Amino acid sequence: MHVAAGAKLVPFAGWEMPLQYVGIRPEHLAVRNDVGIFDVSHMGEVETVGPAAAQRLQRLISNDIEKLAVGGAQYGLLCNEDGGVLDDLFTYRLAKDRFLTVTNASNHERDLAWMQSHAREHDARVNDRHADYAMLAVQGPRARSLVAGLTDEELPARFHCRELSLAGVRLLACGTGYTGEDGVELLIDPAHARRVWDAVVGAGAQPAGLGARDTLRLEACFHLYGNDLREDWDPIGAGLGWACKEATGFIGAEAVARVRAAGPRRKLVPFVIEGAGIARQGNPVLPAAGLEQSSAGAGSATAAGGEVTSGSFSPCLERGIGLAYVEPERAVPGTKLQIDVRGTIREAVVERKPLYRKDP
Amino acid sequence: MAQASYPDDLKYNTEHDWARIEGDEATFGVTWYAQDSLGEIVFFDPPKVGDQLTKDQAYTEVESVKAVSDVVAPMSGEVIAVNEKLTETPGQINDDPYGEGWLVRVRLSEPGEAASLMDAGAYEASLS
Repeated sequence: MHVAAGAKLVPFAGWEMPLQYVGIRPEHLAVRNDVGIFDVSHMGEVETVGPAAAQRLQRLISNDIEKLAVGGAQYGLLCNEDGGVLDDLFTYRLAKDRFLTVTNASNHERDLAWMQSHAREHDARVNDRHADYAMLAVQGPRARSLVAGLTDEELPARFHCRELSLAGVRLLACGTGYTGEDGVELLIDPAHARRVWDAVVGAGAQPAGLGARDTLRLEACFHLYGNDLREDWDPIGAGLGWACKEATGFIGAEAVARVRAAGPRRKLVPFVIEGAGIARQGNPVLPAAGLEQSSAGAGSATAAGGEVTSGSFSPCLERGIGLAYVEPERAVPGTKLQIDVRGTIREAVVERKPLYRKDP
Repeated sequence: MAQASYPDDLKYNTEHDWARIEGDEATFGVTWYAQDSLGEIVFFDPPKVGDQLTKDQAYTEVESVKAVSDVVAPMSGEVIAVNEKLTETPGQINDDPYGEGWLVRVRLSEPGEAASLMDAGAYEASLS
């Protein structure tokens, strides 16, 4: 299906994924200005079901599951006992006792094993539903009206979910996305996903691949696990303290509370390159003038300087952008940074999130 | 350039670079296959006139939205001209990789190195 649409495929987390169809820039701009569709079926799904399902997830996930109503969607983190981030997730509450958690493809097996083996004092079944769902994301200013034209039922609002029939296919529609644009994500029986894809593309959505997915999420300053989030890094420094409610007693809460109280050693900030150059994952951020660069790395208390964790070219800003961990004192919009991009020093500026803003 | 093309008057190496040899000078660039694999090229930082290039060693980089790629010298020589226009319009490498998308012109130091390069037919065959 993707090859017929002109996709270039690349391996990603054990899947062959479309990197681009017509080009990263036109796909990116289609999502910003019109509507694009992504096949994100590589993402995993874990179902938690039973009378104690909510309590089980409360213990496993950093956010307050009690605040997640039926038909709601909530962002949260899976942490280990040391407060390190195992994954970032969205959880949908389908019924009082039934939840669907969407995992990152590269972490799905580990997340599933973790959720099945932890918090077992709360009786619930934790089932692998990866094989049962394909997932398509329809994103952009025209996304909702395009999708509304394919169903007689009301679409879910942002951060909500509901079952509906679309192009004759019964599916779960979610008011979520990873692009910074409005839109929906659709969880579909794989046997019928092609029909939904064809209907949405037929109505004018631009197929968009992983390349544009990365440039879009970077402009919106959304985290990518494996780049900006890692098992040995805390969520506070990543700027995700808002998704952590330590009072709920999730695994890792005590460690997260300690970091929150002491302040993180490094903070993740968005930056824009001034002039030419694209910073990439791993590029060092030089220490502020006058300090020695330590070899101890981004997580060390004694290190000066920082590290780029995500970087690419922004089609909307027409320059290199990215996310980097820097010392808390320099995590202030307006701070100038120097980034060593493969031997050439590039000047950058710390900015506010998001890097891309819709004009009013 | 939408269609793959590998002009007959050029020589090619395995790293997807081409050379147009004219006496003891040559022009270098990257092939259609290279620009197609990279996608839209957004930055090109040329080497300097006077730089010495060594066959099979990287002498510069081209950068697309998603990746950076080394550009390898197909032959050795001294840089006598660089395509300054690519600083403003690097997309020329995609649109016209053998014409307006040329990267550097060199004075060859070892013209005999041409014997190790492929002709268009051999290069195109190597891509399948």
